[in-house]
This record gives sequence, structure tokens and C-alpha cells, in this order.
Amino acid sequence: MNLGVILLILLFYLRRPMGPIEVSAEWKRIINGGMIAAFVLWAFSNSGIPIISQVALFLNFGLGALIVYLTLRNPELQHRKGMIYAWLPLMGLIVIQEFLELISPSFFNSIEVYHSTATFFAIVWAVVMWINNTKQRKALEQERLKTLQKEREYKVTEALKAQLEKQVQERTKEITQKKNELEKALQELKSAQDQLIHSEKMASLGELTAGIAHEIQNPLNFVNNFSEVSAELIDEAKEELDSGNQEDAKEILEDLKANLQKILHHGKRADSIVKGMLLHSRSNSGQKEKSDINALTDEYLRLSYHGLRAKDKSFTADFKIELDENVEPVEIVPGDIGRVLLNLINNGFYAADEKKKELEKAGQTDFMPTVWVKTQKIQNGVKITVRDNGNGIPDEIKSKIFQPFFTTKPTGKGTGLGLSMSYDIITNGHGGDLKVKSKPGEFTEFEIIIPQTTKS
Amino acid sequence: MKILIVDDEKDVELLFRQKFRKEVKSGVLELAFAFSGEEALKVLDSEHPPKVVYVFSDINMPGMSGLELLNQVKSHFPEIQVSMISAYGDSQNYEKAMQSGAKEFFTKPIDFESLKVEVNKLIESQK
Ligand SMILES: [Mg+2]
Repeated sequence: MNLGVILLILLFYLRRPMGPIEVSAEWKRIINGGMIAAFVLWAFSNSGIPIISQVALFLNFGLGALIVYLTLRNPELQHRKGMIYAWLPLMGLIVIQEFLELISPSFFNSIEVYHSTATFFAIVWAVVMWINNTKQRKALEQERLKTLQKEREYKVTEALKAQLEKQVQERTKEITQKKNELEKALQELKSAQDQLIHSEKMASLGELTAGIAHEIQNPLNFVNNFSEVSAELIDEAKEELDSGNQEDAKEILEDLKANLQKILHHGKRADSIVKGMLLHSRSNSGQKEKSDINALTDEYLRLSYHGLRAKDKSFTADFKIELDENVEPVEIVPGDIGRVLLNLINNGFYAADEKKKELEKAGQTDFMPTVWVKTQKIQNGVKITVRDNGNGIPDEIKSKIFQPFFTTKPTGKGTGLGLSMSYDIITNGHGGDLKVKSKPGEFTEFEIIIPQTTKS
Repeated sequence: MKILIVDDEKDVELLFRQKFRKEVKSGVLELAFAFSGEEALKVLDSEHPPKVVYVFSDINMPGMSGLELLNQVKSHFPEIQVSMISAYGDSQNYEKAMQSGAKEFFTKPIDFESLKVEVNKLIESQK
């Protein structure tokens, strides 16, 4: 074994990375220089040229010592300590051998047997150490791979994270946009709903006008004619007085008084109809005031009936009204409750009339469409019932009738808002309840409950 | 001479009685009242032959309407004349009444001048 070769091997390994450990570029340059020097010295020491080969040999010793020293002492090379320990005995033996061969070959010959044995053990040592070092190196290598793997995973995770963040941002932007669109749509729907509610009010006002016109002509008929006839009566009374018939004159005066009461009564009737109309057309809910439920119910039943009559000449129906005199005045918004009554009563007449038409088609003509309206004092409030003998509401529809835009009437005949508005007025507006009972083919009955003391 | 006035407004009776008080007093006119179409038919059906010669009927009443009453009267008592008194002054009601054989069509508020002219014509013709 030649020292030069060992040095080259040592330098070669020093230069290589060990597991995760790698020497710096500066050290690599130094080691490269060392390898060139070792190669040159090795070449010269084997050249056989006298003096030069001996000098090269000694320089080679120096280089070896330097490598061993630096590797053991320098922190950056210390990881190769194991390798140095492996080779050191062999290197020592080679140095001794070559040194002795140079100064006293005979002495070397006398100890050659020991030297060879020592060399053998040094080689065994080197091999064992080498195997051991390889193990350590492999463990380090594995560790390095693990670290690398972790680094790669970390990078992948980072990339994923960045991508996710980007996606989240995009989604957020999309969602915000959708949210804005939805908000806009909602706003549009709300204004459409307001418009529909308005048109529902206007439509029911239209239904009312005919009834109102009729209802005003009737009291007006009495106001005009009782006034006229009263003027005639005054003349008659004068005549009776002139001819001295005091008793007859007094009788006429009594009639006159009764007439004036009639005029007042019908004047007030016309007044309340007009007020009712104004209340009805009012766009927003009016003030709550103590109101006579019986009078209101009676008034709107008539308005509904005459309105329908005025619109459809062939419309024939009967109505029955039953007013409980014990009903006390209740705090309500009269226009709103009137609207509910009008809606329910109109529906009742409509349903009963539809049944009549159906039966007539089948040849049955003795059916009288009828609506019953009833007020009733209940504990802490009043109950108003509106019943018709129409075809009733099928069970599967019953739960839907209070939903906005639900209508069974043909397109154009109803907005589908009447019942939902009524429900809203009774429950939210007055803290009451609106219920429906029906037997298909026989009747429908709506029950309005208005508490005496409303919460709001 | 007996005439029947049909209207669901009860105060009509008081009004007619005062307006025709002289005619009633002098005995040339007898007034009967009914407050629904059904009641009117009962009144007419209560005497055979009916003494009523003329019916003034409102159109808009609960139950049987004035136009239905007109048809009934025309089919059962063709000799009785019928005129309508209605708050509906529209042509649709007017035409329907005329087609069904109504004699006259008065609108509310009632113009008793023209109503009296009609009644007087009737009294004249009955003499
Ligand atoms: Mg009437």
C-alpha cells in the first residue's frame, strides 16, 4: 500500500458530501489543490529519481500529517474523523516502513514479520471502521433524504396554501358579487311587492266603487225626497193652521220631525260610506281607533254585495247577517279591517256564485248562493265569521291559501294577495287570528278573531 | 187602484206614504209594500186575481233581484205592469229590464214628479 494512494482516497472522500453535510466551496478548492499535490508527490516519490523521490516521500508524509491534523481539528471537516481513525494505523505503519527502509533497511528486515502482522491488523481495523462509518454515513444520508423530503413536502404545502388562498379570494369575490346581485334582486322584489299590494288595494277599490255609487244613491234618495216632501208638509201644516185644524197640524209636525231624523240618518249613512272609501284607498295603515265592529261589518257586507251586483248583472245571491249586540267597540284600523271583510265576503260570494254556475250547467237551478256574516262577542274581543255555501277548499290547498300570490281564480281575476294581506292585517296588524274551516262541496268559513286589547 | 212597491230599504214605505198621502187619503190609490222579491211574489199570490195592477220594483236586493222578480211577474201575472226603480242608471240594466217587459225605468234618487206622472196616467186609464 502506498501512502500517496491513501491520501488521494482521503482527499476524495473529504470532498464528497456526507449525508446532509457538505463542505464549503472554499474547502473544496483547498482539497482539490491537496489532491493535485498528493498526485504529483505520489508520482515523484515513485519516479525512482534519487533525492527527488526521497524529498517527495517526506513531503508526502507532511501532507498526510496536515490532512490528519486539519480533519481532526477543523470543525468543518470533523465529520470525517471516523475515516481518519480508520486509515491512521495503516498510514502510520506505511510511514514507519518507508522511513526505516530509507535509513536502515536491515533493521526493517529484522522487524518485517511484526510489521506485516501489524499491517494485517491495521487493514482489518480499517475495514471494520470503514463498515462502521458506512453505516453512520447511511444513517446520515437517510436523515438528509428525510429532511429533503420534508422540505419538498413543505414546499408543496406552501404552494397548495398559496393556491388555496387564491381560490378563496376568487370565491370570496364571486360570493360578494352574488350577494350584491341577490340584494339587488331582493330590493326589486320588494318594490314589485309594494306595487302589487298597491294594485291589489286599487283593484279592490275598483270593486268597491260600483258598490259605493249604489250605496250612496240609496241614502241620497231619502235625503232628497224626505226634504222635498217635508217642504210640502210644511205647506200642508200652514193650511191646516189657517183652517184652524190644530190637531192635524200637530200630526204633520210630528211627521216632519220623523222626516228630519230620517234625513239625518241617511245623510250620516252616506257620510260613513264615503269615509269608508277614503279609508280603504289610504295607501298606508291608518290609526287605530275604537270602532263599532257591527256597523263596519254591515257596511262592508253591503259594499261587497252591491259592488258585485253592479259589476255582474247576472249575479244573484243572498246574504244573512247576524250581529251580536253585546260586541263592544274594539281598537282597530277601520280601513284595514274593512279591507279584510271586503276580501273575505267577496271571496265568499265568488265561491258561491261559481258553484251556482257549475250546478246550472248540470241543469240544477234551485241553488241560492249565500253568504252568512256573523259577529260574536268572545272573551276579550270579537269574532267575525264569514261563511259561504260554495264549493269549499280542498284540504291540499287549505294550507296554501294564506301564501302570497296563491289564487285559484283565473288569471287576471285575482292578484293572489287578498288573503295573505288579510292574514297580515289580522295577525301582525291587530294581534288576532284568521282561521279557515271548509268542507269540500259544502262550505267555507273564515273566522276572524280580534282581541280587545291589541299588543302593538 | 192598488200598486205594490218593492225595495229592500224599509224607509221607502214612509217616503211613498207621504208622497202619495193625498191620493191615498182620497182613496184613488192603495199602496202595498214588500221588502224582497220573494215577499212581493207572496203578496201578489195572496189574492186571486191580484188587486195589484202595477209594481214598482228596486233592482238591487238580497236574494231575488228586481230583474228576476220582473221575469216572474211577467210570466205569472202578465196583466200586471212593472217598472223598475234602481240606483243603477246604466244602460245594461236598462236594456235588460226593457227586454224583459218593464214599462218604465226610474233611477234613484227618485224623481217623484215623473213617478207621479206615471201613476196619474195609470189612475186615468183605470177610470
Ligand atoms: Mg236596494
